[in-house]
Amino acid sequence: MPKVTVPAGARTLVLNMGPQHPSTHGVLRLILELDGETVVHATPDIGYLHTGIEKSCESLTYHQALTLTDRIDYLCPLSNNLCYVLAVEKLLGLEPPPRAQWIRVMLNELTRIASHLVWLGTHAIDLGAISVFLYCFREREEILKIFEMVSGQRMMTSYFRVGGLALEPPSGFLQRVEKFLSYFPERIEEYEGLLTRNRIWMGRTKGVGILSKEDALDLGASGPTARASGVDWDLRRDNPYSGYEKFSFQVPVRDEGDVYARYLVRLVELRESLKIIRQTLDGLPDGPVRADAPGIVLPDREKMKTQMEALIYHFKIVTEGFRVPPGEVYQTIESPRGEVGYYVVSDGTSHPYRVKVRSPSFANLQALPKIAEGRLISDLIACIGSIDIVLGEIDR
Amino acid sequence: MIPPEVARMADADALLEFDPGALADGKYDRGELTLVVPPERIRTVCEFLKVRQGYRYLSDVTAVDWHPSEPRFEVVYHLYCHERKQRLRLKARLPGGHPEIASVVPVWGAADWYEREVFDLFGIQFAGHPHLRRILMPEDWQGHPLRKDYPVTGYR
Repeated sequence: MPKVTVPAGARTLVLNMGPQHPSTHGVLRLILELDGETVVHATPDIGYLHTGIEKSCESLTYHQALTLTDRIDYLCPLSNNLCYVLAVEKLLGLEPPPRAQWIRVMLNELTRIASHLVWLGTHAIDLGAISVFLYCFREREEILKIFEMVSGQRMMTSYFRVGGLALEPPSGFLQRVEKFLSYFPERIEEYEGLLTRNRIWMGRTKGVGILSKEDALDLGASGPTARASGVDWDLRRDNPYSGYEKFSFQVPVRDEGDVYARYLVRLVELRESLKIIRQTLDGLPDGPVRADAPGIVLPDREKMKTQMEALIYHFKIVTEGFRVPPGEVYQTIESPRGEVGYYVVSDGTSHPYRVKVRSPSFANLQALPKIAEGRLISDLIACIGSIDIVLGEIDR
Repeated sequence: MIPPEVARMADADALLEFDPGALADGKYDRGELTLVVPPERIRTVCEFLKVRQGYRYLSDVTAVDWHPSEPRFEVVYHLYCHERKQRLRLKARLPGGHPEIASVVPVWGAADWYEREVFDLFGIQFAGHPHLRRILMPEDWQGHPLRKDYPVTGYR
């Protein structure tokens, strides 16, 4: 990347980009120091969406805090649900039944597809390809309807529970996922047909915003942003959770480190996610979706009406929550954006003592000045889109 | 006193060999290794772990407030080694009066924003940080919200 030096006496212009700007993907403010159209310095200013989720978690029971994890990354609520329940389950030493684990994997991969579709659509519209945006949101809509089917909510799902799932998915759910799988591969072809060999797209993205492998590691980049820079690392494969070791899939890695490489990596991930969903559909085990852990998992409605003990447990869980043995865990998962980590500290009560959310966007955004400085403002737009940030997750 | 099961772990063993005073305490619990480091040695320990033990990736820096007990603050570092697919937690305990620790930005660039967040929400000073200022809260904000003596709702 060419190094920019401003000659002595020359005047640079400071431009405020955001916090309300469609290309900053949320309320991100960038303070740009410009020499003509070239970005000399880019300084991200964050915090506009800070809602104190970590602080609020400390005053809620473990189950109540789950509903806040949706709001952290509103494009992949189920990934955050999963990471949080895995952390609490690790503290408790509780293993959810296989069927629950498989459905968790299936829904997480659907979330990855939905999230990548938002990224692709908005990234493309930033660079002038409007039709891709419409196509992507058409498919995302179907995934949101599947989420609504299982959880009653399109976005703030809160569907996973400590010890399993909230409910057995309704009948017709698997058929609907099956139907989605049948037509989605050709839709990916459609997006690729519009973009991958498109000369304008390649001109706007190839060789733009290069992040070296050393910088990616040093700046804490993870997920597709790191994999497009040659970091062969995917937590689903390297530190499997929720039964990911049972599924076979490829981890795409590219060495170019530019915007185009990040685009290609995410497109391959769409196809790999489909493969995983296919495997979960084919091998989905039967059985309960909630662990047999009275006092932690809410009892069945039927038992509650007929058994005194179940009624007492229900009352205790709802009024005061369950107690978690003292300790601390750091649980990570591979979200669509990279490493999501939940550091949960328990002091033995029914409320978490401390919940820290390590969000991938927060770390990935640190790399933005590195990849954008020295380039044109229009390239900066491509760079912001390519690192796929969600401001809700950055500010928490 | 370092528990024997911690001293047997490869990373703890290597660290003790590098500097016998670098380990104040440790814990191996639920498959996760925690090493407690004296705060004044945090930077040399981090450099050693990055260069010799392959922890090239800093996942996170955060803190826990144990108000009203002393030492009040724990600064917590989560490290990752891609080659061994291994995680490590480092901790340093700081007093409540004037909590200050050396910045690890020279070791991992990623620590820049992580430490600014800890400073913003806990009021812990990181000596040697290039530009330690608030990151999530407004610049003129009073107080540090994640401290335990800071109320969740209502006026401070």
